[in-house]
Amino acid sequence: MKELALHLLDIAENSLAAGAHHVTIKVVEDTHNDRLIMEVCDDGKGMDPEMVARVVDPFVTTRTTRKVGLGIPLLKAAAEACNGCLEIESEVGKGTCVRVSFQRSHIDRMPLGDLAGTLLTLLVGNPHVNWTFIYQVDGETYTFESQPILEILQDVPLTEPRVLAYLRQELENGISQVQKSTLLQKAT
Amino acid sequence: MPTIKSLDDLKRIREEALAKRKAKTTSGQVQITVAMGTCGIAAGARDTMKAILETIAEKNLEGIIVTQTGCIGLCEREPIVQITVGDQPKVTYGKVTPEVARRILEEHVLKGQVVQDHVVPL
Repeated sequence: MKELALHLLDIAENSLAAGAHHVTIKVVEDTHNDRLIMEVCDDGKGMDPEMVARVVDPFVTTRTTRKVGLGIPLLKAAAEACNGCLEIESEVGKGTCVRVSFQRSHIDRMPLGDLAGTLLTLLVGNPHVNWTFIYQVDGETYTFESQPILEILQDVPLTEPRVLAYLRQELENGISQVQKSTLLQKAT
Repeated sequence: MPTIKSLDDLKRIREEALAKRKAKTTSGQVQITVAMGTCGIAAGARDTMKAILETIAEKNLEGIIVTQTGCIGLCEREPIVQITVGDQPKVTYGKVTPEVARRILEEHVLKGQVVQDHVVPL
């Protein structure tokens, strides 16, 4: 995988497999401390400590019983190669939080990539899930909630052509505005 | 905050969509499923999904449901897309790049012609 956004998509798929109703995806870029942090938290079925230990190790999970597979070990390796780490907090019946951090300026850090594309894919493919997306760059924040949008749309599906165009624009604008305002602050 | 204004836009889009729906009868629901396991994502499933959504928006295709699923055990054929048109049997496509996805929408969904060279026999 060449983008952090693709890893986010992959981790969020685990939340869906765990039967989550509410998934929060958070991406924080902190240029002062040179960190990039990504978090996926869900209210899915959760894992016991033994399972948590297992999902980070690709050689212990066996194919038939696996729940997560290669996705988590790949991301963990990518983070550790950039002075970062991957942590999983989970409780059976409560949910799971996967948190991964990188040294933002590290030469091996993958680019963030197409965040809007990842979110749109998750949202349209799983409209029954309540999505919260928080993107923060040095204190500037963009928050996206799927719930109010679904309440307005009611029986009109997200795949309605104009709704799709609207969602794409909303996400792309929100993300680029946060990035732009930080760049402006830098310039002044 | 631009959010409130944009939610008003959304309300308008909804009303227009409902008005349009009344004006014409939908012919046979189309369901598109994109496999989004780690294997699919690594093979480019998100860009395939993106191409499908873009084509729906560009060509103004109504009555299409797009969903996603996990790994279906055909990792070497990813990205995989399954299409069900109305009552017809489900067709599974493999190696669906964004270009192939656009072709499938154009030929299969719009004209009813299955794109034979990408069908995965199950």
